[in-house]
Amino acid sequence: MVSRFTPLLVGGVALALATVSACSPVDDDTTSGASPSATSDACPSGALGTVAAGKLTIGTDDPAYEPWFSDGKPANGQGFESAVAYQVAERLGYAKENVVWTSVTFNNAIAPGPKAFDFDINQFSITDERKQAVDFSSPYYLVRQTVITTKKSKIAGAKSLAELTGAKLGAQVGTTSYQAITDIIKPTTKPSVFNNNDDAKKALENGTVDGIVVDLPTAFYMTGAELKDGVIVGQLPQVGVPEQFGLVLDKGSKLTGCVSQAVDQLRGDGTLAVLEKTWLADSGAPELT
Amino acid sequence: MTHAPSQRQRERFAYRRRQAIRSVLLAALSTAVVGTLLAVGVTGAPGWPRVKQSFFDLDVAVEYFPSVLDGFWLNVRLFLVCAPVALALGLLIAVLRTLRGPVAFPVRVLAAGYTYSFRGLPLIIAIYLFAFGVPGLRLRGTPDVVVLGGAAIVITYGAYLAEVFRAGIESVHPSQVAAARSLGLSHRQAMRHVVLPQAVRRVTPPLLNDIVALQKDVGLISLAGPIDAIRAAQIGVAKSGNFTPYVVAAVLFILLALPLIAITDRVTLRAARAQNAGT
Repeated sequence: MVSRFTPLLVGGVALALATVSACSPVDDDTTSGASPSATSDACPSGALGTVAAGKLTIGTDDPAYEPWFSDGKPANGQGFESAVAYQVAERLGYAKENVVWTSVTFNNAIAPGPKAFDFDINQFSITDERKQAVDFSSPYYLVRQTVITTKKSKIAGAKSLAELTGAKLGAQVGTTSYQAITDIIKPTTKPSVFNNNDDAKKALENGTVDGIVVDLPTAFYMTGAELKDGVIVGQLPQVGVPEQFGLVLDKGSKLTGCVSQAVDQLRGDGTLAVLEKTWLADSGAPELT
Repeated sequence: MTHAPSQRQRERFAYRRRQAIRSVLLAALSTAVVGTLLAVGVTGAPGWPRVKQSFFDLDVAVEYFPSVLDGFWLNVRLFLVCAPVALALGLLIAVLRTLRGPVAFPVRVLAAGYTYSFRGLPLIIAIYLFAFGVPGLRLRGTPDVVVLGGAAIVITYGAYLAEVFRAGIESVHPSQVAAARSLGLSHRQAMRHVVLPQAVRRVTPPLLNDIVALQKDVGLISLAGPIDAIRAAQIGVAKSGNFTPYVVAAVLFILLALPLIAITDRVTLRAARAQNAGT
């Protein structure tokens, strides 16, 4: 995705050609606002061919969950994805007051068909199957593996990887989570391996393992909604081939290139790293090193 | 004076030898033909190169052999403990089920209920109940999940073995018990010295057959969390994207079963010979 849109940064006639090829086939659309012209900037600040002229319409599901959103209000700018969305909007030239949120269910967002949003942010993993139906921006988040446990466990207060080496850990078979145990934590006790995360969670509840490793979104869900007394011990360093979250756009959207470019800029200048730290690491999922 | 076979007897020997050689040759030829047909049939299939590459990759096999073998050691230990305990449990239940008299009625009912329910309960679910349900009770001194999973295997197979033992016990003619009792033996003594030795001998082949089944089902312990041979192979498959580690585990399980299968065959053969002696 990144290399495909790199030409957009170059400018000039080549850029116009690249834009046309990147976005073809072009649907008839009734969107108002300026369309990229061959001679000017392909992503004119604040004047993209958006769903509603002069406004950037961003979709997400309702309810919107912590820590991706806060208080179920995407428009408050709180929470990781809300913050990312506003940063992307700003890069595209849409000030906070020109951002409109719309509620779209997860399945509707990734189904083929006309979209009521310019882009949708809702922890969408980028997959080849989904790319058949929708466009994805460059990834704005690489999913991290996270150790979770219960309050009574001996590793509940662990701050570093070293404090986890003596623990009995579990994970689902064949996952990056399991790889994180063997490659990063390298515990002295052989890890337990389960058919699925539900079995692993049960073993954690039963105390037959001290902690389990799951990806961060699952960690927030399990500790928040499923586990009684569940706590996140912390995030592990990146391992294996992580899942990537991308912004969803309509298939063949003219905005895909511009949105990806904005995301790339945010990653490049370190904004995404700061947001990740603020909304994920500092709000309940500290880094383990 | 040494014995010298007669001319006629030597002719008989020679004839039998010729016949034996002829049948060995015929068997070899027939096996070769069938083997060739099978080999051609399998390797000639359009998808064979792909199957060969994803199931019989020597490099992958070598890479994951140590971890699968490491997990297999758990299976072996589990088998060595579970098999004798399941046999003992099965025998005990069978004896309880064959107790006579109204006083023993509740015991008979409990024993029958046990064999009915645990022969019906899938082993996978039994392991889930034991390895995930029992620790959930949060009792002090709950054993390790390997022990709990082993208990599930023992209890499930104990039910099968109990029925086999019971069949053996009931195959002993009642007149034998009557004779034993009339000699002054108690019911217990009659069971111990007259019925059980015959019963066990009669059902040894099916018992061993169940033990062979138990031997491979110890692989289901992986459900409880420990990394046994099957789980180690599964991890290898996930890492390599190649199914060869499963084949490695399969070979190990077959090698473990071979001695027992050989014993079963021999025992069966011997029992058949004893049965047919004199005919």
